Amino acid sequence: MALLKLQFPLQRRVRLAQGLWLLSWLAVLAGAFTFSLGVYLKTELLRRAEVMDNTEIHVVPNILMLVGLVTMGINLFAGRVCQDSLDSARFPPWKPFLLPWYGLAWMVCVWLLSAVVLSYALQGHLEESLKVGLRNGIRFYRDTDVPGRCFQKETIDRLQMELRCCGNTNYRDWFEVQWISNRYLDFTSKEVKDRVRSNVDGRYLMDGVPFSCCNPGSPRPCLQNHLTDNTAHYNYEHQSEELNLYNRGCRQALVDYYMGLMNTIGPGILSVISLQMSVLVSLRYLQTSLDGVDPENPEADSEGYILAKGVKETMMDVKNIMFKLLQFGQVEAGDEAEAGADGEKAATSS
Amino acid sequence: MVLMKMKFPFEKRMKLAQGLWLLSWIATLAGAFTFTLGCFLKTELRRRAEVMDNTEIHAVPNTLMIVGLASLGINYFAGRMCQDALDAGRFPRWKTFLQPYWGVSLLFTLLMLTTVIMSYAMKGNLEWSLKIGLKNGIRFYKDTDTPGRCFQKQTIDRLQMEFQCCGNTDFKDWFEVQWISNRYLDFSSKEVKDRVKSNVDGRYLFDGVPFSCCNPSSPRPCIQDRLTNNSAHYNYEHQTEELNIYIRGCREALVNYYMGLMNTIGAAVLSIFLVQSSVLVSLRYLQTAMEAVAGQENTEIETEGYLLEKGVKETIMEYVTPVLVFLQLNQVGSEDAEAGETPAK
Repeated sequence: MALLKLQFPLQRRVRLAQGLWLLSWLAVLAGAFTFSLGVYLKTELLRRAEVMDNTEIHVVPNILMLVGLVTMGINLFAGRVCQDSLDSARFPPWKPFLLPWYGLAWMVCVWLLSAVVLSYALQGHLEESLKVGLRNGIRFYRDTDVPGRCFQKETIDRLQMELRCCGNTNYRDWFEVQWISNRYLDFTSKEVKDRVRSNVDGRYLMDGVPFSCCNPGSPRPCLQNHLTDNTAHYNYEHQSEELNLYNRGCRQALVDYYMGLMNTIGPGILSVISLQMSVLVSLRYLQTSLDGVDPENPEADSEGYILAKGVKETMMDVKNIMFKLLQFGQVEAGDEAEAGADGEKAATSS
Repeated sequence: MVLMKMKFPFEKRMKLAQGLWLLSWIATLAGAFTFTLGCFLKTELRRRAEVMDNTEIHAVPNTLMIVGLASLGINYFAGRMCQDALDAGRFPRWKTFLQPYWGVSLLFTLLMLTTVIMSYAMKGNLEWSLKIGLKNGIRFYKDTDTPGRCFQKQTIDRLQMEFQCCGNTDFKDWFEVQWISNRYLDFSSKEVKDRVKSNVDGRYLFDGVPFSCCNPSSPRPCIQDRLTNNSAHYNYEHQTEELNIYIRGCREALVNYYMGLMNTIGAAVLSIFLVQSSVLVSLRYLQTAMEAVAGQENTEIETEGYLLEKGVKETIMEYVTPVLVFLQLNQVGSEDAEAGETPAK
């Protein structure tokens, strides 16, 4: 009834120990790689922290960094264990540590998988965060004299130039805010007074965009003002003009950028998970095959397995142990558990 | 009369050979590094090839790459020779190889030094090339419909944004060329007709700059046109305005960038030159010390090593005289030199 039983002659045991030693060192490097991936992703998210409203998305790189360090630790331990494994005197002291080690290694794989899943699941959160952050950035674009907001203009300008995007959803977001500060508006001029009076809040709104929206790939010098007015510029039709400004919105550009990063990181993490699982399985086989060695005939064959009983029975055993530890419930539960355990023992002994 | 004679007991010879072996491997890596530095510099120069008029400055990275490859070979042979040096039987077979080897390795080591000097000496050349290249780039900025020049606009725009510069010497260069194509000018409007008539060539000139000159760090939204007209914009004085557009010219920005690169590369190549020279000096000492051992029965005797058998002047004369005789440059004078040398021998 043992799960995935394999025969292990001495040669095979030796090779398993050597292979596991190599594998555990590879897994240590993989852990370091995971940590560095986490650091890289966190750095990239921090670079654009000014246009993000919250830091919920940071949970992904945080998990990666933490799990990377834990992976390095447990695989160093696995390497030590299998160095000692072929010496029957040095191996027994490690035995009590192995069960918690399996638990920890399993948790590492689960966390890594959850990090990959989260990186896709949190896309909506990231988009919301960017939506709010960019909206604020565009709203405070003109406040270059307000402490705490004075760098918004430079941030948004450099963002738009670097990512080749304009506005939040598209360039029309700039038509809805006053992005020229009152310090630079001549309130004695008729044009300014008309525009300010034309809306309830008294804002100077215009159909123009900042220079950072301009596309260098346009064959024409950039048109920034009177964008919706075809007569304002010679040979210009705003409905069909595509190259003048960047068409993409910055939210879309940033989400695409970060999703691309996470798509690249995803397969790397999946391969780290498979490496860790193979270390776990190999160590389990090594442990069980060494346990099965006859002390008087150390060079004989032995059997290795993953679980002593089948999966279901092992789960029942674990549950019973948990019940006993927690002293869960009353007499009935205790009686039932004992009766169940007795029944199990009868079944296995038969 | 021997140059820099040193005594070499057996132990010292051993240590010299071992040290030289290690040093030659370090010098091989340094040679590979020189080659990569040359490749890097060439790539950087080619990235901005569109705003350079000629490729004379490419002599610097080309020489670096040649020297890097040559030093790989030189140091490889130096390592092989010192591996054989401690075996008195195997060392003599290198004898015929050594003369040309010294010639080649001295040549390339000096070439390394000249590369560093060249990188500073060619600064003026680079600046001239950039001046013409940028002038053309600004002149053809509007020709986005002319095949062969249609990417000038994008090149100049991206250059100005990346290097945070405007124009050739400064932003006023844009006032002297027509950078808006005729396709986008309304020739029926009065303003356009006035401007076109105001100069001999019929160009539309005005005091404005492209958007790529705008400085994002300015607290004010960018002012691109009517730059010299204080009354055209509210609260604006062009004489004191510094943050609106980039003040630096692109020629200066590019020259600074490349000189910075060459300074770093020059420092690295100088240290590689020192390593290479020490390899050659050590090899020379090893060679002369081992030559004294050859033919002796007891290979563990103490010998002398030196750099040059005669003094510097005499050695040079030794090499130069045959060349002079061959060229028959100085008939009576060279015969006298021969007559003078024969009694000395």
